[in-house]
Amino acid sequence: MSGASNASDRLWMYATMVKSRHFEALIKPAYFEGKSPVFNMAKGPLPGEMHLSDGQEPCAVGVCAHLRPGDTVTATHRPHHVAIAKGVDLGAMAAEIFGKASGLSGGRGGHMHLFDARVNFACSGIIAQGLGPAVGAALASKLRGDDTVAIAFLGEGAANQGAFHEALNLASVWKVPAVFVIEDNAYGISVSKRDCTAVERNADRAAAYAMPGHFVAGNDADAVHAIAGAAIARARRGEGPSLIEIETCRLEGHFMGDAEGYRPEGEVQRLKASDPIPAYRARLLTDGFEAADLDRAETDARAAVDAAFAFARAAAYPDPEEAFAHVFA
Amino acid sequence: MSSPDTATAVRPARRLTIARAIAEAIGQEMERDPDVLVMGEDIAKLGGVFGTTTGLLDRFGPERVRDTPISETAFIGAAVGLAAAGMRPVVELMFVDFFGVCMDAIYNLAAKQSYFSGGQVTCPMVLMTSVGGGYGDAGQHSQALYATFGHLPGLKVVIPSNAHDAKGLMLAAIRDPNPVIFMYHKALQGMGWLGTVQRSITDAPEGDYVVPLGKAKCVREGEDITVVSLGLSVHQALDAAGRLANEDVSVEVIDLISIAPLDRETVRASVRRTGRLLVVDDDYLSYGVGAEIIASVCEASIPLLVPPQRIAFPDIPVPFTPVMEHFVLPNADKVTAAVRQMMRISN
Ligand SMILES: Cc1ncc(C[n+]2csc(CCOP(=O)(O)OP(=O)(O)O)c2C)c(N)n1
Repeated sequence: MSGASNASDRLWMYATMVKSRHFEALIKPAYFEGKSPVFNMAKGPLPGEMHLSDGQEPCAVGVCAHLRPGDTVTATHRPHHVAIAKGVDLGAMAAEIFGKASGLSGGRGGHMHLFDARVNFACSGIIAQGLGPAVGAALASKLRGDDTVAIAFLGEGAANQGAFHEALNLASVWKVPAVFVIEDNAYGISVSKRDCTAVERNADRAAAYAMPGHFVAGNDADAVHAIAGAAIARARRGEGPSLIEIETCRLEGHFMGDAEGYRPEGEVQRLKASDPIPAYRARLLTDGFEAADLDRAETDARAAVDAAFAFARAAAYPDPEEAFAHVFA
Repeated sequence: MSSPDTATAVRPARRLTIARAIAEAIGQEMERDPDVLVMGEDIAKLGGVFGTTTGLLDRFGPERVRDTPISETAFIGAAVGLAAAGMRPVVELMFVDFFGVCMDAIYNLAAKQSYFSGGQVTCPMVLMTSVGGGYGDAGQHSQALYATFGHLPGLKVVIPSNAHDAKGLMLAAIRDPNPVIFMYHKALQGMGWLGTVQRSITDAPEGDYVVPLGKAKCVREGEDITVVSLGLSVHQALDAAGRLANEDVSVEVIDLISIAPLDRETVRASVRRTGRLLVVDDDYLSYGVGAEIIASVCEASIPLLVPPQRIAFPDIPVPFTPVMEHFVLPNADKVTAAVRQMMRISN
């Protein structure tokens, strides 16, 4: 599939994947600060559930490479890679996860409720909850006659929820510029796709809603880029919604602290051996990219994340009374 | 023919977490009644995110212990159908905050089955779920929502504060011919990663016993003030009562255990003696359990020495950052301060 995307997109996708991975690499030790030796979710500078997206970066970058700030993205409880690819403010996002006043919502939402109106990004913690709002954003763009699109990311587990089927039907009936992107990491918490989904491929479900359905194999940023590019262009032309299912993997547990007893022996090692980020770097080198350019992109990406975390750590906590602000507009 | 030795030997107390107590009750009832089955997300292989079904898959197999897709409308609706067919489903939907996606199956189907059928068809199902915050999981994973469900006719709603009651309540709930929402508080679950109030880990008989649905308990006797509580707030009330005893304030603590049906008489009897009423509840303040308890006392014309008060979660979404969340959550300090104020003791 290489060649389908241009060089600058490919370099951006690589750098953005590295940025996302580094973001999570910094979360890991920070999350366990104060939580060891006895793991208690409430303790430390990063309390609460923490869902990492290591391994799923190609889904985010391959789609978001085609997006502009005016396009809408709704993401899930596993939002970091998508948020970063959509251009959510990195410092404010890190500060939000640390519960600081300078966070995206001043510490009210935390990791599962990142909102950045500047780039039309939102996410939430109820499964399949982002699909309806994406249909609404897409309808707004159709009614206003602009060429923005709305993307809803969801997990393969979420495709079994009523909201998924209702939203796809509605998007199709209204012929809105929406693209539904399923990240198929094979598990909904401990339940494997095999054990809970009647079809082998969720992409096939698109047929029930008279929209194109695409399956992207191989957890490959270039392949995602090509398919997403076509679907998004189609939406911008006013030809209606599409469904894309991307084969990906979750290199970590469902949340941090997950013992992962439901995984077959050796699965994680096997997945790590096919980590999409080093594989993509190798491909870019084969395709003639200069190692020095990739190194520089990596260094810059890491530096941006380091700066965001330094900002977040140094930032002040909100005044507790601020809890009462913004309940109503 | 027991020897004096064995008769006098003290059996070491068997201490269970609420999670273990729930799993034991379900397992015991599955042994006794082949119509009982369990289903929900991550309840089979994982044994429940909060440990409520640990070990059941191995004992009863995948026919009776079913991991479901993330299809709440379907599997909770299916539970209503199973119940109508004479089975006794125990269903888990892991956080009460998620109930919105399938509310129709709960409050229009399950709750109205008996009524709409004129009593022809019952709905013996248990829907268990976790409630409560305090661990930085933000507004879609930390709500209590007791009153939301207590408000809906046709549903029974229970919330144990310790393992003994959890086991007996679960056995009663499964045998009950009505839909029972069985709420367990995350802070009492005995899952290490959530932190645990030690007092919730109690002895519980190995055999069969029920804690009746709809009956409150006085868990500490006192003379001066009645503190009505449920779930986690029982422990906050008990902690406060312990401290206040040193100040010669005698606090009576009522554990509601069940909010639907609500045992108004136990509360009234206590307040008749003490003349003071404080309700502690980690659900949203307005239209809540506190309001209902206070109304129940006022309606009975019970003379009060001071106006009744309530401590609850304010009418805001649960904030993520701990500096805000712990500022607004009820705790033993707030209970202590309220009691002192009601006893006119300055701090
Ligand atoms: C309506 C609802 N039901 C259940 C949950 C609990 N839950 C959180 S994540 C999850 C699994 C989601 O799986 P999937 O959609 O495949 O996304 P992934 O976690 O794999 O990214 C479940 C069941 C929830 N958050 N919302």
